[in-house]
Amino acid sequence: MPLQSTETTIIGGGVVGLSVALGLLQTGQQVTVLDGADSDLRASQGNFGLVWLQGKGSNYPAYARWTSEAVSDWADFADLLTDLSDIDVHLEQPGGYEVFTEQSEFDEFLVELENQGKTLGKNLDAEILTGAAMRHRFPELGSKVVGATFCSRDGHVNPLKLLRALRIAVTRLGGQIISNATITNITPTPSGGFSLIDRSGQTFGAEQIVLCAGLGAMALAPQLGFRTRVRAQRGELLITEKIGSPLPFLSSTIRQVDEGGIQIGGTKADAGLDDGDTLEFTARLAQHAVEVFPQLEKTRILRSWGALRIMSDDGYPVYAQSSDHPGAFLVTCHSGITLAPNHAGPLAKWIANTSDAPNLEAFDESRFPFLQTV
Amino acid sequence: MKVVSRFYRLSDAGTRTVTLTVDGTPITAQERDSLAAALLAHSAKASRRTTRLDTPRTAYCMMGVCFDCLVEVDGHANVQACMTQVREGMVVRLQSGLPEMRGRND
Ligand SMILES: Cc1cc2nc3c(=O)[nH]c(=O)nc-3n(C[C@H](O)[C@H](O)[C@H](O)COP(=O)(O)OP(=O)(O)OC[C@H]3O[C@@H](n4cnc5c(N)ncnc54)[C@H](O)[C@@H]3O)c2cc1C
Ligand code: FES
Repeated sequence: MPLQSTETTIIGGGVVGLSVALGLLQTGQQVTVLDGADSDLRASQGNFGLVWLQGKGSNYPAYARWTSEAVSDWADFADLLTDLSDIDVHLEQPGGYEVFTEQSEFDEFLVELENQGKTLGKNLDAEILTGAAMRHRFPELGSKVVGATFCSRDGHVNPLKLLRALRIAVTRLGGQIISNATITNITPTPSGGFSLIDRSGQTFGAEQIVLCAGLGAMALAPQLGFRTRVRAQRGELLITEKIGSPLPFLSSTIRQVDEGGIQIGGTKADAGLDDGDTLEFTARLAQHAVEVFPQLEKTRILRSWGALRIMSDDGYPVYAQSSDHPGAFLVTCHSGITLAPNHAGPLAKWIANTSDAPNLEAFDESRFPFLQTV
Repeated sequence: MKVVSRFYRLSDAGTRTVTLTVDGTPITAQERDSLAAALLAHSAKASRRTTRLDTPRTAYCMMGVCFDCLVEVDGHANVQACMTQVREGMVVRLQSGLPEMRGRND
């Protein structure tokens, strides 16, 4: 006999699983979140906190529109979280810059931005600036900056406060979050629904399941017949001591967090499941920051770390229902901070199959070839 | 206000002393003291105030983890006193508020 049975069980209690949980609770479902162990690789605890539009989905119009929708809904979402959790997640959407110190990278990005603009039109609201124009606008900018782009809709949030706010909100709406429940086996039961077994042998029953396990989907998605495969992409980040001077602007690689420290980030490397940090990238990030803002030269780095992004084969989100096992859903994405309002809103409605559910076909996994499990 | 230290020194026979200044006042310390130990031995007054809620703090973990011992040393803000050895002539200032960016302009 399963110990407990709920309408929907979410596997994975990161930002994505908790956003979906919040949304499903708001549709009136009963929700249990089974979360793994503190030693898991958790993107939600190591990310950069951007709520970012520019450049997203330049070759995937549906993703550009989906991100634009999320960015529009973030302010209301932040208010909802404050109401439900009493936590201010420090959302700010002052507009943000992509700043380049390499001409070739700047040129490549301009092509992406132009493509994205074809989808979003006026909604992108972006501006292109030469290095000289940027220095005119911000005299403190370094001489190595060759150009920048500005999008008035970009912003950032405190990602750790977001995670905490989501946990509290889910609990206050009646959701149950169970920690140290690393699911190892999922089997459909003959009477419908699913039986889940965790690492300690405990069994859980569920009518409907949503797999939101981040990199844990590597092992679990094939069990449910999903063809999506996720891989890890390592990003390294730094944070400096808190400083009193405000940074002149928000950018995708350098941002001042609400408590004063400056977070610098965004490297990309394929390092398997190793989430360590390297002196090479730490030094490179620090150098980049000083090239953009020479005033940061004497600011001290307090911590550096690595975290693993969760990437599908094409890097875009996957929202899919198993054709072999209806009632089993897979949700995985990069940029789960930016997309949180969508996951708690339209995606949850799609899973709950409400009358106003959106069409999310563009994010189905039928775009991937079927791979034999090995 | 002078707040008397709650710490007593073990015998200091045989160690040399150095003199440093804290907010302009000369204090003596033993040659191998960490700056945090020297400050604690000198006074039980808070050695800094937190930047967000302005509450008093002094060295706590003494091993580089808690960042409660931050002081300004020879013009550098946010130095961990517990990880810094005293030196003759060191100029220490107690911090309040956040330091500014202090790099160069291109
Ligand atoms: C370096 C870096 C920078 C980033 N910057 C940004 C950014 O600026 N803006 C943005 O929007 N996004 C950013 N992201 C992406 C964002 O962090 C992720 O999209 C998001 O955190 C993913 O959340 P998740 O819940 O899917 O995954 P995770 O946070 O990894 O959570 C997965 C959860 O599932 C649990 N779990 C795993 N396996 C099992 C199992 N078998 N049973 C039960 N539970 C299990 C884990 O314990 C974990 O709690 C960044 C990511 C990285 C790595
Ligand atoms: S006393 Fe804890 S870091 Fe110095």
